[in-house]
Amino acid sequence: MPRTLPLAKTTDPLDGVERRLGMPRRDFMKFCAGLAAAMGLSQAAAPAVAQALTTAKRPSVIWLHFQECTGCSESLLRAEHPTLEKLILDVISLDYHETLMAAAGHQAEEARLAAMAANKGQYILVVEGAIPTGQNGAFCKIGGKTAIELVKECAADAAAVIAIGSCASWGGMPSTSPNPTGASPVSEILGKPVLTIPGCPPNPYNFLTTVVHYLVLGKLPELDSKGRPTFAYGRLIHENCERRAHFDAGRFATEFGDEGHRQGWCLYKLGCKGPETYANCPSILFGDVGTGSWPVGTGHPCIGCTEKGVGFAKPIHALAELLTVTPPTQFARPAENQGKGSTLATVATVAAVGGLAIGVGARLAKNLGNQPDEPPAAGDGK
Amino acid sequence: MTAATTSHHPEPAPLGGRIWTPFTGVLALLVVIMLAVLATRFIHGIGAVTNLSDGYPWGIWIAYDVVVGSALGASGFTVAFITYILNRGQYHPIVRPALLTALFGYVMAGASVFFDIGRYWEFWHIFVPRYAQVNSVLFEVALCISAYTLILFLEFLPAVLERFGMVRIRQKVDRVLFLLISIGVLLPTMHQSSLGSMLLVFGPQVDPLYQTQLLPLLFLSSTIGMGLAAVTVEGSVTSLALRRPVEGDLLAKLMRVGQFLAAAFLIMRFGDLAARGQLGNLFVARPLVYLFWVETALFAAPVVMLLGPAGRRPSRFFGAAALLAAGGMLYRIDAYLVAYNTGAGWRYFPSLGELAVTIGLIALEILAFIIAIRVLPVLPKMSRRAAPDPA
Repeated sequence: MPRTLPLAKTTDPLDGVERRLGMPRRDFMKFCAGLAAAMGLSQAAAPAVAQALTTAKRPSVIWLHFQECTGCSESLLRAEHPTLEKLILDVISLDYHETLMAAAGHQAEEARLAAMAANKGQYILVVEGAIPTGQNGAFCKIGGKTAIELVKECAADAAAVIAIGSCASWGGMPSTSPNPTGASPVSEILGKPVLTIPGCPPNPYNFLTTVVHYLVLGKLPELDSKGRPTFAYGRLIHENCERRAHFDAGRFATEFGDEGHRQGWCLYKLGCKGPETYANCPSILFGDVGTGSWPVGTGHPCIGCTEKGVGFAKPIHALAELLTVTPPTQFARPAENQGKGSTLATVATVAAVGGLAIGVGARLAKNLGNQPDEPPAAGDGK
Repeated sequence: MTAATTSHHPEPAPLGGRIWTPFTGVLALLVVIMLAVLATRFIHGIGAVTNLSDGYPWGIWIAYDVVVGSALGASGFTVAFITYILNRGQYHPIVRPALLTALFGYVMAGASVFFDIGRYWEFWHIFVPRYAQVNSVLFEVALCISAYTLILFLEFLPAVLERFGMVRIRQKVDRVLFLLISIGVLLPTMHQSSLGSMLLVFGPQVDPLYQTQLLPLLFLSSTIGMGLAAVTVEGSVTSLALRRPVEGDLLAKLMRVGQFLAAAFLIMRFGDLAARGQLGNLFVARPLVYLFWVETALFAAPVVMLLGPAGRRPSRFFGAAALLAAGGMLYRIDAYLVAYNTGAGWRYFPSLGELAVTIGLIALEILAFIIAIRVLPVLPKMSRRAAPDPA
């Protein structure tokens, strides 16, 4: 049976997708449904996502690299989801990306300037890496311009600025003390909040979903106070962690390779920062290889890479601050003692007290019966 | 000494006399046993002396000492209500003994809660608003009982101030006494009904014979009856022990109200059971049903005993009061412990340690009452016909 029916409309835009992305229609629709789910939209939104991806003009993206390891770009490219890298290149029009573009030197700079001029006020600026501010920005120069100048120049006419990775989002690893280069996040350089996708590296789907959200709905997703999309950073890692039950039951690994660690118990006492780190790692995992493919799943405590002041700042094995519940100190025994019934001694005591009360009561009633009924005489109290 | 009384009634005066008798000695011994058990409880924890478990997190210390103790302590607010709010001045002579009974009942309740809660060192949190969980019935009960115990102390304060001749402070207290009395009448109606509401919260864990929306009303009405019965029993026993004439008229009238309340309780209870279609379950052979009928008999007996002019005889109204108090007691213990069932396998019967504490607290109450009437102006001054040794 042929994959496409002969009656299929030739005007269907999805036909183009199949050819352009080298991706079967079914896979493409599944991918769109996945993106819609990641954005918190219903399954019914999948066609809208597909529509946006196939018909909307691909937005121009300018991608700048500064103080970073290119891990964010790498993770985006190495994502195992079928044809994802093609999709990235096809969903968006990546007009400037130092690692990926073929052009070099003046040609590369021209491409950036041309894309900025052609898509003025329309393009998306993605910044990867922190911006060094020490020595007037001399630590990082591209095409004769400092990182500070480049960010300001590119951000001026951008429709949206996305800081990808912890470095661009809040300074990340380069900004840790003593920070000789004065590494700073994009928002500090621009003096205004920007959309951030922190993580080291961030999950590629968080970035992709944000971009598609922009394409489908024409606006950026809902953000938290630190500029992070709430669909991805709205909950603590602790809340959805697969080891959470062990935390609640008080079962902790206390060193690598101990009995608890081998049993897959909670890593809180090894310094897991899940309880103070907002990210969706336990929900969407990494690398599309299935269960357990994220740091805590592999047995390493979360280092809190998405969280300023936690990742690269706190020692890896320092205890996390518990933002929600504290672990109980006492736990129910496997077989709870169901209480004790009566014994001869207790029943005898109760019976004795009851009997005494009845006896005294009867005696008193009898004596009261013998009382002469006379009015109280006021008089001598002694 | 002459009876220099300007008012309608003889002024209250300390009884004087010996405090230590064989009877008070036995009471003191029971208190010492209680203290030994409590020492174990505070050193080794609550599991060391009680039979409490996760299925029965409260036992006799709550069901008897708190729920029954405070209900018997309703004597204070009912007599204060009749005397001051209904303005029946003739009840004035029994106000102080009633307040004293109430005070001891409530102190016993408060002390029991203190023994019973796990983190007793955080007891004071109940008075700090930022710790309050205002949606909790238990919080309402705890705060209300604590507040009322303080009010009772203040209501009883004039007797102490009088004893130690602090006239000026007494005058100041007297000026706000009306306020204390009105708060003191309001608060018990709140927490006594809440003691019933507390069981409502347990839903199906309480047997359908006892679980009803009328619980607050049943608790409140039986509380008032128990309070009046407590005053009557206490008044009769005191008179008998001190060989003074019984305040027959007053107590008989009080028990008329008690009779009415007992009848009302029975009518409401059976009406409610009928409305909920539970009457058939009253004829099933099981322990709770037997206890239900014992309760019913204890509530019905005073109603019958006090019918007609014979109900004015001291032996009659004393017996009726004792049975009514016992009925209220049994109703509360049944509702809180017997009808309360967490699930299969859970059981509870008070341990010897728990019983020792409850018995010790009752002994302490009686002992404190005897000492109080001997050293403080509680009972009206009057001549005695014989030696003052009680019991």
